[in-house]
Amino acid sequence: MRPEDLICPTPQGLYCPPADVYIDPMRPVARALVTHGHSDHARAGHGAVMATEETLGIMAERYGEDFTGSRQPVAFGEVVSINGVEVSFHPAGHVLGSAQIRLVWQGFRAVISGDYKRLPDRTAGTFEPIACDLFVSEATFGLPVFRHPPTEHEVAKLLESVELFPERAHLVGAYPLGKSQRLMALVRDAGYDKPIYIHGAIARLTAFYQSRGIDLGDIRPVVLDERKNLGGAIIICPPSAIQEAWSRKFPDPVTAFASGWMRVRARAKQKGVELPLVVSDHADWDDLGRTIRETGAEEVWVTHGAEEALVHWCETQGIRARPLRLIGYGDEEGEAA
Amino acid sequence: MNRFAALIDRLGYEPRRNAKLRLMTDYFRDTPDPERGWALAALTGALSFRHAKPALIKGLIQERTDPVLFALSYDYVGDLAETVALMWPARGGANEIPHLSDIVAGLHETTKADLPRRLASWLDALDETGRWALLKLITGAMRIGASARLAKTAVARLGTLTPDEIELVWHGLAPPYLDLFAWAEGTGPKPDTVNPAPFHPPMLSHPLEDVGSWRETLNAADFSAEWKWDGIRVQAVGGIDGQGRRVARLYSRTGEDISAAFPDVVDAIQFEGAIDGELLILRDGRVQSFNVLQQRLNRKAITPKLLTEFPAHIRAYDLMVDYGEDIRALTFIERRARLEALVAKLDHARIDLSPIVRFADWNELAAARAMPASAGAGEDADAIEGIMLKRRDSTYVPGRPKGPWFKWKRDAYTVDAVMMYAQRGHGKRSSFYSDYTFGLWRLGDDGADELVPVGKAYSGITDDELAALDRFVRKNTTNRFGPVREVTHTPDAGVVLEIAFEGLNRSTRHRSGVAMRFPRIHRIRWDKPAREADRLEHLEALLASR
Repeated sequence: MRPEDLICPTPQGLYCPPADVYIDPMRPVARALVTHGHSDHARAGHGAVMATEETLGIMAERYGEDFTGSRQPVAFGEVVSINGVEVSFHPAGHVLGSAQIRLVWQGFRAVISGDYKRLPDRTAGTFEPIACDLFVSEATFGLPVFRHPPTEHEVAKLLESVELFPERAHLVGAYPLGKSQRLMALVRDAGYDKPIYIHGAIARLTAFYQSRGIDLGDIRPVVLDERKNLGGAIIICPPSAIQEAWSRKFPDPVTAFASGWMRVRARAKQKGVELPLVVSDHADWDDLGRTIRETGAEEVWVTHGAEEALVHWCETQGIRARPLRLIGYGDEEGEAA
Repeated sequence: MNRFAALIDRLGYEPRRNAKLRLMTDYFRDTPDPERGWALAALTGALSFRHAKPALIKGLIQERTDPVLFALSYDYVGDLAETVALMWPARGGANEIPHLSDIVAGLHETTKADLPRRLASWLDALDETGRWALLKLITGAMRIGASARLAKTAVARLGTLTPDEIELVWHGLAPPYLDLFAWAEGTGPKPDTVNPAPFHPPMLSHPLEDVGSWRETLNAADFSAEWKWDGIRVQAVGGIDGQGRRVARLYSRTGEDISAAFPDVVDAIQFEGAIDGELLILRDGRVQSFNVLQQRLNRKAITPKLLTEFPAHIRAYDLMVDYGEDIRALTFIERRARLEALVAKLDHARIDLSPIVRFADWNELAAARAMPASAGAGEDADAIEGIMLKRRDSTYVPGRPKGPWFKWKRDAYTVDAVMMYAQRGHGKRSSFYSDYTFGLWRLGDDGADELVPVGKAYSGITDDELAALDRFVRKNTTNRFGPVREVTHTPDAGVVLEIAFEGLNRSTRHRSGVAMRFPRIHRIRWDKPAREADRLEHLEALLASR
């Protein structure tokens, strides 16, 4: 059989004909399998959604309880059979609840990774390489200029700046789902125990993380009238808030931004970032290659990102590869990846 | 090296002048000699390494990485040093991390043949930021927004000196500046090398259009007007050193000593004083276009042929020091009289006065600006960018004070053109499709209209507009030629860019036969169908009318 018999790209997203399900569809469909809660993968309005319990919870937080007709929670490693296709979810290490989806049919194994990372992250679980014949990978950071530095090093940069400029507020732009909570955990694990302040747009998802037993320490909402008193504090907010009037009331803010894109100077400067923190929820170049090799896949499909370079690399390694050019992926996080 | 790398890394992101000063002063305070002296040399542009060319760096990375991946990465990052720094295969623990002083010494003693090996061993030892800093340092392209003047100010702040005091001794000093640091920190005497011909930070102007209803609020009688010449702003300074020898120096507007590139002008500095003026190329007494000046500026080797073909000249418009006397506190009218006397006494063919443009009211000045040729500029009109307005009572204040001086540029020409190709930008706009080739319509050989490229523009738009054009390019790509994307450009589909430009020349290098001077995007005409963009005949008529 051809891989396309089991899984094929369509305008709605990746489709599995024998099981009649879509994976991370970009438009409403009858039955969807969802890898994780970012809005470019998890959209509202499907008839039925199968996902991890955490991902379903995140979707309910973001879209309301009626985001789908029916929910089917699935545990990591549990195998569900749909029309003879064995479906199972495995940790992707991207954000809380994020999963890779494995499909096995007539002896052919495909793994759709969704977004993933390999660096340790106690808020997102640990990626497990799953042996397969076809691996569908992202390539957000699919260029060899993207090698994420040790995350502790980046957090240390933030804490050093807080020490060097104790009179200035430190505004850290971070994507509200995943990146924000990971930063909180990293700052705590570096020994910082003062309150961390958060923008209102981050509050619900942070509370959701805490409700799942993830310890983030003393997290407080920013009280508008008290912004002027937050010199020396760490404030986590959505990247867009840094450009807004909201940020102007803080004392002489240092603007930081946590994103894998911060590796490239021009990208940081284009955003007016003074303190770039290279903290990413995606695999870097080395980890993309390592992961592809560990799956043992003979064929790789690249969903989004710098697909040209990763496809070229696969070919130099004797692995068949093709770009899928799926429209829509990578949109939500965009610059915050 | 790591501390220096961290410093320039942080400086590059820091927009505030005072924070930059604080970072530099902290670095100078906490870094021992001679390391900090080499850093100061690097920050003031006093270091140069002849053999370290971009081609050498490209060669090193190509030996170590896949060429396709390098090309894709370079296209994405848009900066050679940074691409190489990020892609360089790490070899942890390979070598001891070099000091900046080791690198400077190494670069000076290494032969050209041995340089690649040496450079590679340093790159192996450094981390990403260190590699980036090293590559920026040796290619002399730091671009971290810290001028030589700011670095000297940071040194001054180690103690109680003023930057001007440092400027006065600067030219007698050499890296690693042990005597300077000792003096600044109060542990040594003032270096015995007073610069007899120091740089003075220039006074700059504001656009006149920035003043609301200036015709009403400003009084014409308060101002003196001159032509705004399309050359480069320079400072010609002459003095006498301790041994009684004449010293002559030519500085750029940022204080860079450019004497070596202009021996013909430096010969003419036979006075003690500091003239503020415009560097121009004159042939048979006629000012040449900026295009011509640029041909001289681009040349590295100063040959007798170059000096004959591109004779440089200073058109003087202000005087800061008159025979040893600092006259910056005098009014413009008083300084102008001193300048006229000095230039008359000097009587040198290479230095003349920028004439005063007489006017009774704003209307008369507006007419002069519109038609410089008939307002006294004659054949030099093509080299005039507009009008400079200076308050008659203005003292010479370094920097850009609000109110005393204004520039009033000539209106640019504009043309509506269609975007044909796009390429990713470099520097701060890297990763965006920000460089656009645009074309105008003409009748093709087959009788149908076709677009012919007439120029390339990569500035003039806001970041939001840039993002919109970038999206347009990505969604409307019809073909790719390496890093260049061909963008839809038919009569019915295409984006029209209103291009502003300063002037037009005939060109044999361009298919269209014309070349624009300083084209930039004035507006994006999302509203205008591509078929209604201008025709090449429009530019040809402009050329003919001059």
